[in-house]
Amino acid sequence: MNWMLALPEIVLACCGLGILVFGVLRKQDSALICTMMTLGAFLIAGLLVLTGLPGIGYHGQFVSDSFSGFNKLLLLSGAALTAILSLDWNRQAGIARFEFPVLMLFAVVGMMVMTSASNLMTLYVGLELQSLALYVLAAFARDDLRSSEAGLKYFVLGGLASGLLLYGVSLVYGFSGTMDFHELRTLLAQPGNASPGVIVGVVFVLVGLAFKISAVPFHMWTPDVYEGAPTPVTVFFATAPKVAAMALMLRVMATTFGPLLASWQSLIVIVSIASMLLGAFAAIGQTNIKRLMAYSSIGHMGYALVGLAVGSPEGIRGVLVYMVIYVFMTAGTFGCIMAMRRKGQPVENISDLSGLGSNDPGLAMALAVFMFSLAGIPLMSGFFAKLYIFLAAVQGGLWTLAVVGVLTSVVGAFYYIRIIKIMYFDAPVEAFDRRPPALSFVVAATGLFTAFFFLFPAPVVDAAQLAAGAIFR
Amino acid sequence: MNEAGFPLLSLVTWLPLVGGLVILSIRGDEATVAANARWTALWTSLIVLVLSLVLWVKFDPTEPGFQFVESVSWLPEYQVGYKMGVDGISVLFVLLSTVLTPLCILASWESIQTRVREFMLSFLILETMMVGMFCATDFIVFYMFFEAVLIPMYLIIGVWGGPRRVYAAMKFFLYTLTGSVLMLLALLAMWLYAGTTDIQTLMATQFPPAMQKWLFLAFLASFAVKVPMWPVHTWLPDAHVEAPTAGSVILAGVLLKMGGYGFLRFSIPMLPDASAYFAPFMFTMSVVAVIYTSLVALAQEDMKKLIAYSSVAHMGIVTIGMFTFNEQGIHGALFQMLSHGVVSAALFLVVGVVYDRIHSREIARYGGLSDRMPCYALVFMLFTMASVGLPGTAGFVGEFLVIVGAFQVNFWLALLGGSGMILGAAYMLYLYRRVMFGRITRDDLRHILDLSPREWAVFAPLIVLTLWMGIYPSSFTSFWDASVAAMVKHHQAALETTIKIAGMTH
Repeated sequence: MNWMLALPEIVLACCGLGILVFGVLRKQDSALICTMMTLGAFLIAGLLVLTGLPGIGYHGQFVSDSFSGFNKLLLLSGAALTAILSLDWNRQAGIARFEFPVLMLFAVVGMMVMTSASNLMTLYVGLELQSLALYVLAAFARDDLRSSEAGLKYFVLGGLASGLLLYGVSLVYGFSGTMDFHELRTLLAQPGNASPGVIVGVVFVLVGLAFKISAVPFHMWTPDVYEGAPTPVTVFFATAPKVAAMALMLRVMATTFGPLLASWQSLIVIVSIASMLLGAFAAIGQTNIKRLMAYSSIGHMGYALVGLAVGSPEGIRGVLVYMVIYVFMTAGTFGCIMAMRRKGQPVENISDLSGLGSNDPGLAMALAVFMFSLAGIPLMSGFFAKLYIFLAAVQGGLWTLAVVGVLTSVVGAFYYIRIIKIMYFDAPVEAFDRRPPALSFVVAATGLFTAFFFLFPAPVVDAAQLAAGAIFR
Repeated sequence: MNEAGFPLLSLVTWLPLVGGLVILSIRGDEATVAANARWTALWTSLIVLVLSLVLWVKFDPTEPGFQFVESVSWLPEYQVGYKMGVDGISVLFVLLSTVLTPLCILASWESIQTRVREFMLSFLILETMMVGMFCATDFIVFYMFFEAVLIPMYLIIGVWGGPRRVYAAMKFFLYTLTGSVLMLLALLAMWLYAGTTDIQTLMATQFPPAMQKWLFLAFLASFAVKVPMWPVHTWLPDAHVEAPTAGSVILAGVLLKMGGYGFLRFSIPMLPDASAYFAPFMFTMSVVAVIYTSLVALAQEDMKKLIAYSSVAHMGIVTIGMFTFNEQGIHGALFQMLSHGVVSAALFLVVGVVYDRIHSREIARYGGLSDRMPCYALVFMLFTMASVGLPGTAGFVGEFLVIVGAFQVNFWLALLGGSGMILGAAYMLYLYRRVMFGRITRDDLRHILDLSPREWAVFAPLIVLTLWMGIYPSSFTSFWDASVAAMVKHHQAALETTIKIAGMTH
């Protein structure tokens, strides 16, 4: 048994336990030092992922390949960015407790297990470890009614989704006799083995996973949770768990249930179209920027699912490139949102951005870059994300998806550039408080990535290509 | 290495952006920043102009293919490269962009007083995107520049525009974006079919006729909005009216040409069968545009709106010329685009002169200006005549060639298209009479000042160009003789092959 395969997860979990004990035993305020230690743990885990060897271990329960490596690095960076952003916010909001980074860390362990799952059981264990940590995080501002509501809502609906997923898993196991991804794939490759029971099970698994990436019609929790949860938690929700759930979905659907593509493809197409439409149209009327980002993320998951609907390595590559670009531009956008603070109090209305172009040109320019990128306007990274997705869709002959996709992106562009309009064309209102340096750092780093991705797209695309190829082996 | 011995096109493309970075780094109080930003932008654009004149000197008109070629691998495994080059069709558009930019910066010297630094920065970014678009010989690179033009233009209209600027800016952005995303799908389909996005290779690729029709419609969605063709022209009057003078100049002078250039670069050479199939449709739309928008122009109360509608009519002549597929027609279309680029740009500047003094674009607000502003009256008259198409000015050559080309296709097409010249004379002279002649009735007009030296500096190059193009047109047409001849030949050959294949299968 090659236990070394899971070394990053093991190390990270041990670090988590260590930081927890340290935080409990240390009497004074230890949020800062615990966050720093967590960042260090992420860094170590990232290095271990980079140097890790590929292989299957734990009796086929756990797989480490370039696909899992790619996604682990991505979700670790998403989590690290969130941790940096959370520092100043939590202190100002009075929720700077050491449990915050520790919970994030355990959620990340769960996500890493998810991306490496090669058995329906591992999948479920990873998913639950992640979800439980996230439930607590959503309600982390205990004294805030909205935060508690967000946590409860997420918990109830998330529990339901987990139940559906588990039910699907049991159906698949019952009708096929195995939970191993590889065995399932060989089994289902024979058309005779694809009994209706298995297909119903696949649909339930799909539903459970669609909930996690907040695809329509399983998106109801997203706007409320995004709005209610403390903003650092929202950033976290918008980045790392999406990566993990999408990675899981890609692996399970495209390879394990890949032979059943004809059965589930139309489902993904419908979910994808519905997400793109809802993401585009429902966001128009929003006045709260966090809610707007929630709808925007629903739309973006719709675009990413286009790649999955194609089901080919090109499609998977498209999704992976999309996720990388999505994580960085979303983290950056939320960085800008966190800078919206007057007299120590956070403000969340879109109209509060009025005149930011003259009050704080640097922040306005960064937010403009993110908005143009989210809208998919060229030279920004968001354009490339959509380019690879639509390329795969055209290649796969999914013209409906491609046409709906580009048209909804125009509708989406409307509300993204409306934000730019508010920042640059409207009369200035009171300026925001000084930005903390950590926040400026995250915004600048992600902004540079977003604006200058076009110069060096090859490394990311090549890595995604490699990763996409790995799951089809 | 290319003819210039150094990556000239990249330099011309990206140098404005470097100037933009310099502007960003300026520090000091507001007045210093504004002054330095103006001078930096002017010098940058002048250096770019001088560099681009190398193209004029060193361009070899006998060579129909791309020249000054550059190629850097960018996404090698997908056959996408950063490829630049100019041929006879694009070279003069590059020059048009580099000539108009310094004039625009000069024209907004005093009229832009708020956020000068950002204005100049947007303008330099705009120049990079425009030049890059005309130079790109890779479809993906072309598309990126084509869409990225929207960002600075959106900001220019929205920040420094008139009272309804927000509406106009949003409309401009969403109209053009809708068109271009459909083109993106066509681009992806061509990419997958041909395995490359190199424009030269795509031109040599034979796409199946059924696929061509869809591709043509997708391109049409994008270029028809940009040109703009009737009935998707409604964004243009709004954008023109609300944009600051310099924005209108670039919009009319260069941005509208992107649509025409797109037709000539992509639709006609790459999709010959579909172009022939849709030509009657294109003629109908263009004739409607010419007559309808000319009549609409007659009824305008706003000077800029009138010129905006006249632009739609003139661009209708351009699309007629392109789809005749003969040498005269395409020559005429190219010439008309260039002359319209100079003349309509100049007309917007002419309007800008009085707008800067009186702050109104309403025609009824003026009258009798020729008494107080004789030089201005002369300049205005010259460009009015050029817009009408008086022989000896730039406007005549293009329209004449297009009508000659149209005659070879259909008598009625030539007649109806030609009626645009008569209607054009009607609305332009009517405009001129109302603004310049009559008696001065308002007090502020009695003290209005004639052209300042700065304004002369803006108009002088345009006057020279207008007369030069009218009197000695072959110094311009010689640039694209070989390219157009090759294009027409290629088009006919492609149509013949299709007929042959169709004959064999039946």
